[in-house]
Formats: sequence, structure tokens, C-alpha cells
Amino acid sequence: MLLKDEVQMLRRVPLLAGIDQTKLKLLAFTSDRVSFAPGEVLFNQGDPGDAAYVILTGKADILVNSSNGDGQIRVAEVEQNSLVGEIAILCDVSRTATVQASTPVEALRIRKDHFVKMLTDYPEMTIEVMRVLADRLSQTTTELTEARSLAKHSN
Amino acid sequence: MEIKLSRYIWTHTRKQQLWILVIIALSMIPYFMSFDVPKRIVNGPIQGQGFETADATQLFGRFAPDIPFIGETVLFAGVDLDRLSTLYALSFTFLLLVIINGLFKLYINTYKGRLGERLLRRIRFELVDRVLRFPPRMFKQVKPAEIATMVKDEVEPIGGFTGDAFVQPALLGGQALTALAFIFVQNMWLGMITAFMVSIQALIIPKMRKRLLVLGRERQLTARQLSGRVSEIVEGINTIHAYDTSNYERADVTSRLGRIFRIRYDLYQWKFLVKFINNFLASVTPFLFYIVGGYLALNGQLDIGQLVAVIAAYKDLPGPLKELIDWDQTRQDVQIKYVQVVGQFVVDDMVEPSVQAVSGDIPNGGLKHPLAAVNLTVVDDSGAKLVDRVNLQVNSGEKVGIIGNSADGGEAFVEALGRIVRPESGRVTAGEDDILSLPEAVTGRAITYVSSDPYFFSGTLADNLIYGLKHAPLKPAEYDEKGLESRRFDILEAGLSGNPDFDIFDDWVDYGTAIATSPEELPATMSAVLESVQLSKDVLDLALRSKIDPEQNGLLAEGLIGMRGALREALEKEGLSNLVVAFEPNSYNAEATVGENLLFGNAIDAVFADGAISDNAYFRKVITNHQLHKSLFKMGYEIAENAIELFSDLPPDHPFFQQLTFMNSDDIPTYQALLQKLKGKTIEDATEKQRIAIIKLSFAYVEPRHRFGLLTDELMQSIVAARQEFHANMPEEMRGSFERYDPERYIASASIMDNVLFGRLSNRYADGAEQINSIVTKILDHLGMYNDVFSVGMDYDIGTSGRRLTIAQRQKLNLARALMRQSEYYIFNKPLASVDQRAQEQIVRTVLTKLDSNGTNPSVIWVLSQTGLAPEFDRIIKFDRGKVAEDGSYDKLASQNVFDK
Repeated sequence: MLLKDEVQMLRRVPLLAGIDQTKLKLLAFTSDRVSFAPGEVLFNQGDPGDAAYVILTGKADILVNSSNGDGQIRVAEVEQNSLVGEIAILCDVSRTATVQASTPVEALRIRKDHFVKMLTDYPEMTIEVMRVLADRLSQTTTELTEARSLAKHSN
Repeated sequence: MEIKLSRYIWTHTRKQQLWILVIIALSMIPYFMSFDVPKRIVNGPIQGQGFETADATQLFGRFAPDIPFIGETVLFAGVDLDRLSTLYALSFTFLLLVIINGLFKLYINTYKGRLGERLLRRIRFELVDRVLRFPPRMFKQVKPAEIATMVKDEVEPIGGFTGDAFVQPALLGGQALTALAFIFVQNMWLGMITAFMVSIQALIIPKMRKRLLVLGRERQLTARQLSGRVSEIVEGINTIHAYDTSNYERADVTSRLGRIFRIRYDLYQWKFLVKFINNFLASVTPFLFYIVGGYLALNGQLDIGQLVAVIAAYKDLPGPLKELIDWDQTRQDVQIKYVQVVGQFVVDDMVEPSVQAVSGDIPNGGLKHPLAAVNLTVVDDSGAKLVDRVNLQVNSGEKVGIIGNSADGGEAFVEALGRIVRPESGRVTAGEDDILSLPEAVTGRAITYVSSDPYFFSGTLADNLIYGLKHAPLKPAEYDEKGLESRRFDILEAGLSGNPDFDIFDDWVDYGTAIATSPEELPATMSAVLESVQLSKDVLDLALRSKIDPEQNGLLAEGLIGMRGALREALEKEGLSNLVVAFEPNSYNAEATVGENLLFGNAIDAVFADGAISDNAYFRKVITNHQLHKSLFKMGYEIAENAIELFSDLPPDHPFFQQLTFMNSDDIPTYQALLQKLKGKTIEDATEKQRIAIIKLSFAYVEPRHRFGLLTDELMQSIVAARQEFHANMPEEMRGSFERYDPERYIASASIMDNVLFGRLSNRYADGAEQINSIVTKILDHLGMYNDVFSVGMDYDIGTSGRRLTIAQRQKLNLARALMRQSEYYIFNKPLASVDQRAQEQIVRTVLTKLDSNGTNPSVIWVLSQTGLAPEFDRIIKFDRGKVAEDGSYDKLASQNVFDK
């Protein structure tokens, strides 16, 4: 896959959709193209976050360690055109989940300092990131409220 | 050290000075005889005095001194010689005297030179010895480069002066007095005039030169400070860059140089003024001779012959006089230098020499227990109390953790234990003894102190690791006949210069303390220690990145070539066969640059260095043969276009430029202009320089990395074909500077890792480098080559003060160096402050276990950077504002919530 194809893929990532094409090309160029075989891990829960990944092709599972410490629970699946691992590089926490390829995966690895630099250079991208994060937060809040009310009922 | 140089020289070279005076006195005999002989040759055989008749003979060589009380004693009756034989005999006598004089001169000069060198050696050693015995506070005041300049340069003239210190004035003074006496004998008045002028010269000139000396001293000081500043600039270069103060430094240097210039200019002005006056005074005297002597002669009070003799005798006076004045100047100059230097090295409370006496064993039964602080107060340079009347006792075998904020006293307390600072009051004792009065042979071995600010000596990693074991020459070096002779000479000379005769080539390593009984066991001990501080991996990495000479390490190189196959198999087995793309002579390596694919080898010298290859005529011919110049030009053009599109908006210091491997930010405008010029044109329209600039870009291109889609199968094929032709027809003179990638051969110009890989890592694996490292390590272990490669890492040159290692590596090595030694007390003063927290915790635990497993149960005093490790220690001491706030077991302190604050 060539740089220009990658740029087309990046445009379909919601977070990056609003960004100028030349900037996307720059982002693609400064990122590494990496591939993972099924079962290979992009990163492990607890690792220091050093990069975010854009899945170009393939699917990956998002796994979290179960509370009793044995085994992992699959909480979601990510597909083509999604960005994973951006939380850890935005707020300097260790990885909150493990991401494991379930099919052969081609991904762009965007290094932390590059990603942050892009955010500072291009405010439209920052706003986009903020919007997506706020979306997720509100969704999570809704879910939490529901879970709480459920818990109250069962009490 | 004596304050007066003449006394210092006299004390150490008295006998030799007297000897050389005797020799000089002796040398005067043939010297004056050689004056006499020419006269006898001319008067005797040549002019015929005493040979009035044809067969007249003269007695030659009769030696019959008139000895008092005994009368004339005939030692040699002499022989009768005719006129021609006398000429021969006298001429050969003259030649003989010339040779004897020459030999005397040779002996005297050599002797004086040697005398000076010995004294110089003595002074230099004494100065360095003093540095080794300076009290700790001195090192906060002096600049290393200044000390070095003093030891190296400033004492140098003293050596040259030593030989002349007493001989010169005796000799020259004698000559001058003789000439003066001769004049007095000829005529009282002229004698008085001469004496008067000479004394003016002797009084005024040295007075005027006083100022020269003052200026000289200033020059010495400013030059010394300059060298101190230059070394500061070198050491602080990162700070200078970081704060953009380079121009401030420039200003400082230029103002110093200006000062030096002014001093030197002043110096010259005075010097030549003094010279003028000196010459004037010397020439005024003959003027007086002519006017006064002439007047006296005209009045008949002096005969003309006497006047001529006086003027002739005066010719011999200024020479010695001038030299004598010069000598006096040198003397004062050297004396000042000496005082200047010695003043810096005479300090109060220097460590007694007996404290540092060399000793193979630990003397006096070693260190007594417990180690205790008695009313210990430590202050910093400003006088603030860091430790305030602390009484503490650490028993043998205790494991003590010290906590508290930095500057609360914990660090200063252990610095006092480690003899890094001296107590302001109170003392540190071992049993009953003050540790400062104990020999360092006891304290320096029984107590191991490690700080967070490690210092390493330039050399290999292994050298530095065993540095703490080199207390005394334990096993004499073995010499052959010739070596032994030179060693004997060294010992003799060392003694004559007052230096100790330790041999640096002896085995200084105390294997007993290293828990290794022989040199062969040492590597195992070293790697175990490195493992315990988590440095093994780093050392192996260093080794893998090092180059080795296959000529010298034939077996290792052989094994590494063998590893290429093993690595392929291992990768296959792990399902990672795509991780490394191997170099194959007949195919294009997609993960390597276009340039690498073309050359398929390494340039050994500048013929091929980066840019130079594009200028190489043969290389260009090959490229053109394959029509590659066209396709590479096209490729380079597209790369340039892409690069300009991507990067032209970015500021030049943007971090993204790191990704741009084929040009740097400064090149962007150049290429922008170039593209405009070449737009729509082909290679034929471009100039030579433009072609090279464009084609150069294509050499750094790697398709999977840059992904511009510029490499076609066809192009790859012609690159491989060009490569093969390039190798096949390479001219003889280029072969020596080019090393081809050959699957069967070791590439001396590449690192061990590159040799094992014999290919390029694929860009497609996120953590390919780590993966390959762990696989290579495994294979090395499996093939039994781990230790060989590891030892290459041990030979890694860590650079000045270890700067080629990262700070974390340095701190780990610093800790490892301490763990190499068996001690009764280990004092760790935040030794791992720069290591990340998780590794720090692991290392502390490993180290504590390791120290316990030695069976000697040493005491450990560890100043902790964080309280998380406190449970590992028997006893916790918390310092607060210079005093002990808490002291007790972890559980006790935990129950008081000490750790929660």
C-alpha cells in the first residue's frame, strides 16, 4: 500500500476526517507502517503508551484483564479506519486495555510525540479529537448511570 | 614543600650541585691549556723560537711540578723533539684538548639536564601526590584544568633552571671578576669607572626587570585562568547550547584574550626598553674609556698599550655580566612560578601520607565495629548545618534505610561516613577510632561508598568495573631479561627523584575481595554483578553494536557467520521469517536503501563516504551503462517533489524532519528552487551538479518506509544488474577500500549485529528491534557464544567520565563497581536516582539479596529516593532538617504512620 492510499484510508477515520489532505499525508509519512499476524498484540494493558495506531485493514479485539487477575475479557472490536491507543498517549497513563489482532492487521503507528505535535500544530484536529472524546465520555456517563440505576434496582 | 625555590633545589640536589662544580673546576684545566697551546704553536715551531738552528730540539711534555716540602718531583721527564715533530706533537695536543673539552661539556650538559629532569619529576610527583591528599573541600574551589596546567606547564622551566641554579653564578661571576680585576691592575681610574658602570648596570637593570616579573606573573595567572575557562566551556557545552549563551562565552574568552594581549604587549614594551638601556650602558663604558683613558694617555698618565689592553679586557666583561643578569632574571621568574604553584598546593589539614600508605592486606585487623557518628555536624559551603549534632550507631550486619527529603541531612550524613565531606565538629568512628585517622587501606576497603554522581576513568567498561579492586600491587609483573633491566632502571630513577617505585604493570587486582580467586574467574564474577544491576542486556547491546576485527577474533567471526543460518532457522520457527530481509547477491533487498542495493557493500575509507560515491567515476560509469542515471534521476525528482509537498510549510526545527532521511530542513529551499528550474525537463537538460543533487536523493530511498511507490520490478532488476557489474569489474585500486556483502565472509566494517542479521530489519514490525535482540541473545546462549560476544561489550570504551553511557547506565555501572568488592559496610547514597522506579525497586531487592548471599553479612546503609522500598530494610532512619526524626524498625515506623506523610 502506498502513501497516497494510506491517506485515503486516514480520511475515513472519523477523528481525522476534517483534516487537510496534505497534513494527512505528512502524518502518514511520519508514521510507521506495521503489520500484525492474527493473535499478535499491538500493545498490552499496563504498558507505557508510546504510540497510537490507525487500523488500515483487518480487525482487532480490545481486551481488559478480568478483576480476579486470570484471563482477559473481550470488551470491544475495532475495525478498519479506527484509531486505537490514543488515550494513553494523550494523558500519559499506561495502556488501559490490550489490543490483539484477530485477523491479519495492517496499521499505521503514530508516535506519541508526532501525534502531540500534530495536535498543537493543527487546532482543527485537536477540536475533532476533543469532540470524539467528549462523545465517548457522555456515552460512558450514560452507561454508568444506567448501570447504577440497575444496581439500585437489584438491591 | 619549601617556599624558596633555591632552598628546594639545594635540599634535593646538594651533592650533585657540588659534584658538578668540581667537574667544572676540573674542566677549566684543559680549557685554559687549550688557550695556551696555539700561542706555543705559533711562537715555537712556526716562528722558530727555540729552533734557531736546523737540528735544534726542544724538550716536550716535561711534567715536573714543584710540590711544597718535597721539592721538584719529576713525573715525566719529557722527550726531545725537533721543529717539525714539535709542530706535530703540539697540534695533536691541541686536538686532544679540544676533544677533552668537548667531552667535559657533553658530560656537564647531560648531567645538568638529568639533574633538572629528576627535580622536575620530583616536583610534579609531589604536586600530584598533594592533590591525592587534598582535603575534600579543596575540590570545590580549584578548577581541574588549572591544576593540570600547573603540574604540566608551569613547573616545566624549573627543570631547566635546576642545573644552572648554582653553577651559573659561580662560573659567570668568576669570569666577570677576573676581567674586572685585570682592568684594575692596568689602571686604577679606568677600573673604578668600569666598576661604577657595572654596578649601575647590575643595580638598575634588575630593578627595571622587577616590573617584567610582575607582568610575567600576571601573564601566568591569566593564562592559567584561560585554560580553566576553556575546560569549563568544554565541560558545560550542553548548558551553553541549551541556554544560548555561546556568545556570552565568546565575550568572556575575548575579554580574557584581550587582557592577556595587553599584558604581553606591556611586557614587550618593557622588555625592549630594558634591553635598550642595558645596551646603552654597556656601550657608554668604552666611550668613557676613550675620553678619560685618551685624556690620561695624552697627559702621559697612562701608556697607550695599557689603554688598548683595558679596552680588550672590557670586551670580556659584558658577556658574562649580561648572562649573569639573565640568569638572575630567570631565577626570579622561576622563583615566582614556583611560589605561585606551590602556594596552590600547600593547604591545611591535608591527609597524612601514612593514611594512604600502600598495603597489600588490610592492616591492624581491619575496621572495628560499630560504625558510629558522634555529635556529628556537617555544614555546607555557606555554613548552613546539613547534619546537626547527630549521634547514630550502625552495627555490623544491620540493613539501614535512610529516608527524608533531600537536603534534610540523610545524604550529608552518609557522605561523612563515606569520607566525602569532613565533619565540621564531632566525628565518625569505627569502634574507638576516628575514621579520618585510620589508614585508607582500612576505610577504603571495609567501607564501600557509592554516590548518585558516578565518575569513571577513560578506558573500557571492564577496567572501570574492577577499578575498586586495585589497592596495591599484589602480584609482581613478570619480565624477560630486557624488561627486567628496564624495570631496574625505572626503580633506580624513581628512587633518585623521590617517586615511589610501584609498577603499574603488576597485577593490582585484589581477586580475594572480588570473590574470584584467579583472573580466569573474574569474568564470571563481573557478569554476575552486571546481571544483578540489570546491565547485562545493555552490555550485550553495546557488544552487538561494536565492530570487531575478524583478523584478531577469527573464531568469534567464524561463529558469527555460522549464526546467520541459525538466526534464519530460529526466525522461521517463531513464524517471524519476514522480520529480517536477508542480503542476497542476486536479488533486491526491499528494506535496504537504493544506495545500499547498488553498492551491496561497505565503504572502508573516504573514497566512498556518503556523498563521495556520486563523484566516483567508475561508479558513475556503471550507473550510466545500465541507463540507471535516467530512472534514478526521475526517482530523485519525485522524491524531491514529495518532500517539498510534505515539508515546505514546516518550520526548520520541526521534529518531523527526523523522518526525512534523505535531506535536512536546510535543503528544502535549495531543492524547491531546483525543482522549479528543472520542471518539465529531462536529465539531459540538467547540469552535472543538478543531476548529482537529484540522484543523491534516490540513494536513501526505502520503499516500505517512504511508500512513495517509486520502485518497479524492472528498476530493481537493473539495480541488481548494475550492482553485479560494479563488483565484477571494479578497478584494482578501489577493491582495497570496499568490502562486499558476502554471505560467507565477516564484514569487518559492520557491527556484530549487522553481521549476524546479514540483512535489514523489516519496517513492518512495530517492535522488530527488540524482538530480534531477544532472539539473537537466545541463539548466542544456545551456541555457547554468549560469553565471547559479552566480552566484546566489556571491552567497550566508555569514554571520558563514562559519557558514552547513558546516565542510568552509568549509575548502574557505578553500583556494579561497588558490588565487585567485598566490604563490611556498603553505603549507597541514592545510587540509582536516574533509573526508572520499577527497575530501581528490582535492583535494590536483588542487590540486598546478593549482598546477603555472600555469607559475610555486611552492613548496608542505603539512602532511599522513595519510601516504597523501606520494608526491605531492618531499620529505618528518617532525617528531618539535619536531625534524626525517627529511628526504628519498619513496622514500628509504619504503625506511627511515618510513611504516609
